Amino acid sequence: MSELAARPGWDRRQLARYVQNYGVYAAVVVLLAYNALFTRNFVDMGNMRTQLVQVAPVIIVALGMALVIGTEGVDLSVGSVMALAAAVIPLYLGFGLWPAIIMSLLIGLAAGLVNGTLVAVVGLQPIVATLALLVAGRGIALVIAGGQLKQVHNADLIALGTNDVAGLPVVVWIAAVLALLTGLLVRRTTYGRQLVAIGGNRAAAGLAGLPVRRVLIVTYVLCGVLAGLAGVLATARLRASDPSAIGNLMELSAITAVVVGGTPLSGGKVRVLGTVAGALVMQLVRATLIKHDLPDSTAQMVQAVIILVAVYVARERRTR
Amino acid sequence: MSELTVPGAAPGVPVKRELNSERFAGLAQRHGALAVLAVVVIAASLIWPTFSNGDNLAGIAVHSFYPVIIALGMTFVIVSGGIDLSVGSVFALGGVLAAYASQWGPVAAIGLPLAVCAVFGLVQGTIIAKTGMAPFIVTLAGLLGARGLLLAVTTEGSKTYLFPAGDGFVRLAQGKLFGISYPVYAAVLLAVLAAVLLQRTKYGQALFAVGGNEDAAALMGLPVARIKILTYTLCGLLAGLAGVLNAAWTGSGVTIIGVGDELNAIAAVVIGGTLLVGGAGGISGTVCGVLLLGVIQNVINQIGSLTSSVQSVVSGAFLVVVVVAQTYLSKARRLR
Amino acid sequence: MTEPVIAARDVVKRFPGVLALDRVSLSLAPGEVHALVGENGAGKSTLIKILTGVYQADAGEIAYAGQPVTFARPLDAQTAGISTIYQEVNLIPLMSVARNLFLGREPRTRIGLIDTGRMNREAAEALARFNIDADVTRPLRTIGLGAQQMVALSRAVATDAKVLIMDEPTSSLEPREVETLFRVVRELSARGIAILYVSHRLDELYQLCSNVTVLRDGRVVHTGRIADLDRLTLISHMLGRDLAQVRREGVTGFTGHGDAAATEPVLVADGLTKRHVLHGISFDVKPGEVVGLGGLLGAGRSETAKAVVGALPVDSGAVTIAGKRLRRNSPKKAIRAGVAMLPEDRKAEGIIPGLSVRENIVLAALPRLTTAGVVSRARQDRIVETFMKRLRIKASSPEQRVSELSGGNQQKVLLARWLCLHPKLLLLDEPTRGIDVGAKAEVQALVDELAGEGLAVVLISSDLEELVEGADRVVVLRAGAVVGELAGDDVSEHAIMATLAAHEGEPDE
Repeated sequence: MSELAARPGWDRRQLARYVQNYGVYAAVVVLLAYNALFTRNFVDMGNMRTQLVQVAPVIIVALGMALVIGTEGVDLSVGSVMALAAAVIPLYLGFGLWPAIIMSLLIGLAAGLVNGTLVAVVGLQPIVATLALLVAGRGIALVIAGGQLKQVHNADLIALGTNDVAGLPVVVWIAAVLALLTGLLVRRTTYGRQLVAIGGNRAAAGLAGLPVRRVLIVTYVLCGVLAGLAGVLATARLRASDPSAIGNLMELSAITAVVVGGTPLSGGKVRVLGTVAGALVMQLVRATLIKHDLPDSTAQMVQAVIILVAVYVARERRTR
Repeated sequence: MSELTVPGAAPGVPVKRELNSERFAGLAQRHGALAVLAVVVIAASLIWPTFSNGDNLAGIAVHSFYPVIIALGMTFVIVSGGIDLSVGSVFALGGVLAAYASQWGPVAAIGLPLAVCAVFGLVQGTIIAKTGMAPFIVTLAGLLGARGLLLAVTTEGSKTYLFPAGDGFVRLAQGKLFGISYPVYAAVLLAVLAAVLLQRTKYGQALFAVGGNEDAAALMGLPVARIKILTYTLCGLLAGLAGVLNAAWTGSGVTIIGVGDELNAIAAVVIGGTLLVGGAGGISGTVCGVLLLGVIQNVINQIGSLTSSVQSVVSGAFLVVVVVAQTYLSKARRLR
Repeated sequence: MTEPVIAARDVVKRFPGVLALDRVSLSLAPGEVHALVGENGAGKSTLIKILTGVYQADAGEIAYAGQPVTFARPLDAQTAGISTIYQEVNLIPLMSVARNLFLGREPRTRIGLIDTGRMNREAAEALARFNIDADVTRPLRTIGLGAQQMVALSRAVATDAKVLIMDEPTSSLEPREVETLFRVVRELSARGIAILYVSHRLDELYQLCSNVTVLRDGRVVHTGRIADLDRLTLISHMLGRDLAQVRREGVTGFTGHGDAAATEPVLVADGLTKRHVLHGISFDVKPGEVVGLGGLLGAGRSETAKAVVGALPVDSGAVTIAGKRLRRNSPKKAIRAGVAMLPEDRKAEGIIPGLSVRENIVLAALPRLTTAGVVSRARQDRIVETFMKRLRIKASSPEQRVSELSGGNQQKVLLARWLCLHPKLLLLDEPTRGIDVGAKAEVQALVDELAGEGLAVVLISSDLEELVEGADRVVVLRAGAVVGELAGDDVSEHAIMATLAAHEGEPDE
């Protein structure tokens, strides 16, 4: 009797847990399978390539966002930081590709440092702390760029946005490598484990002697640098630095990818692969709707519902 | 009932715990926005004579009426300890629906958008209050949902509805009294009503209590869930109303407006001294916050050589200075 | 005896894994001031929450004015006339005094708006009756805690309460404020309001209450007139030690200790002081010695431990570890100096629930297992394996989530977290509370073993038996001050209780 009762069956709790853990991967598979069967020209190389190129910057930003959300925070400024990074590129492209990229990443680093300091040292709520830079960042970017779109003609930079390596676009490789590195960072390094512990129980982490402030600042800095890199790649792909358009509403896409990927907003858990899958799901949903001639309005409402469902499912159930 | 006296309680209970510096910190926190606004206005009038002429001031007022109305709702939500990211989208939706419904007369042009926007807020509020999901994420979904609804109404944003030529509602909205547009009076009236609602009604008191200490409010027997739902409904309603008035003023339901207005509203509310953690704040501060942002924009226009993007830099800088100052003022008042 | 105004009969309340109340009965007559006492986890707050409608009883009944009632919500209980004053003042700090006083029942003008003028006037009058002269338009925060407590009391009385429940109302008050509060309580009692008074300050109970009910482990262990009960007996009821049965040898996992050699102390705490909490606490611990901190709930034992590890900033006083004074103490610094603390609240301050057993064990040691930022998995596994074996941690694997473990095993995981740092000083705050008997004995034996290896241990426990058998010396605390120290053969349950009782009733400070 008792053995029977103890046997793992498909009770509701367990089902909920499976959905929580694997739902997002299942969604990717289902979406791909559906499109393979019912959507013409979906699973061909050209289309897959487009989808991946479009989703790569979202993934890069979402990786940083996942780290921040893992600390029970949020970074609203990522889109503006992308614009800042993009605005800086034309200024330094004259010195070569690498100086320009390094300056862009440094801008991202500085932005992260500001956010991290406001959160960890001043003690502001992450929403307000990063809201300020969301508002101001794009303004600064526009001031730097003189409010104008600037074409870039540097062949190396354009190659970064358009070339292939081993059959896949460079941006896709970069996103994949960064996802791998972020995964290792979270799982294998002291910093990663401390981050998750701080997000899970800040009081206990502090009592265990963890460097809470330092870890928080580093996390916002990483998020800023990744956003900066995404800004560089967006510029490369557009062949232009357009601070008024680059990164617009990226904070929403990134947060959505993280949340749909199963990382709880309450912190203490970072799902790197889930975040990648979350970004893919949102991309595939949009593509599917477009391919089936469903309008943008439907796409947005569907996204809204997906976010709500994902957060509802990922809610940490209270264990009493 | 409480005819109670304590005989011979001579020593008394030490009551005062507040130092003058703390009192000053409290004042600065509550009225800082007004003081800064006054300084900026006086300085601007001295530097640019054109700033203080009637037309310019009326211009600032008319550009501030709809942000004020949105920020009123946001003040309620933030006082309750929440946040509403959907107001920009709901604002745009309200305007589009007003223009769309104007073909059936002014009652429909006002009634339909207000009803839809209020229901939109009601749904968000219910989800937040009943599932315990974070307001931040629920209203983020609301931001997308309202925008989607708007696109659906306007055939994917390609159709801009216009109010019928000579529409009475439009003429009213575009009319002026003493050189000031009617919607400005509407915003002032709404601000007064909101202040009364917040300070002089049971609901307003309950709102402060829920934002200040939700557990204590529940223990004191306040209906916390109902208060939250009402608050998000009110916020949706006000954002929709802002959209209606703006649409009538411009004579059309523009589809691409409202993006980022939620951030301006939050910034204005926070600059106005309302604590983002909830439980404290006021309407006058919010109005000052909106006006401050409007004046800054106007001043940047006066300078002329600066692009409008400088405005967001200044707004963002203001926001940081204000919240950091607030944090340290709170510490000085031992609120944390 | 008069008809009770409120009575609980055989109330049972279960939480997953715990029987919080086991057939508890309690009744209050009008005008009665009834003391409710018990240590942590005895069930006091569960009982209060059932009486006030926060929880509902699983079995048994609540009778109010002779009629059986069920309060579904706190509001129902309040409307019926049951008001509660909580330990932490449960009002809204940022709202004005008057608004707090009238929240939910504001006086209105003819057009339905709140009549601010009348509200402020009536609030000032109401507080004046309690001899409080405060500016009622200022935020509640700005008045003293005592005055805040009076506002809460005034609010409770103004709602026409028949029953008033006071949950440790004096824990943060100054002596003068306590006096005023007592006068008010007596006055209320004279008006026929029944008062349930929860406190761990025995002198208050004897001053104020006529009857007492003692709860322990969810059961009523004694109820009756307080005058018939001397302090020592009352304490023995609370702590669960039958005086007749107090023996020198018990059944804990401790064995006898060798005496600590007269070496340099590992810890010297000198005059630790924090307003309202600690008043000049001084003691020392030598290597291989187990020093117990004794005292009732709220005596400042946990706070002392937290002050030592730098988690509670002190106003003055010094902590010296192995001859080195810790300046600007913080957990990080204390840990580096060789201090480890097992916190009292395992859930809130100990485990990281979402992480595995392995990750919880190595958490504090991470920097020491790291090369170039990467944590060595092999070294982690070695530590985890060693300690899981040594502490007999029962988990399906090191990768099991720590939140799925039993309380005892969670406690062992936390012990492992600290032991793998090889600390010089280990502070154990209630190390065996809420864990099963087997694990308890294991933890106790381990403490012995560690002391035998030369570790200095501070043991905090409400279990007198554990304290007596585990500790070489016991420092007794009361109201944040050291009131006695017992060593060698003087360490006995009777002696500890006698020390506690002797010092009860002495004036504060």
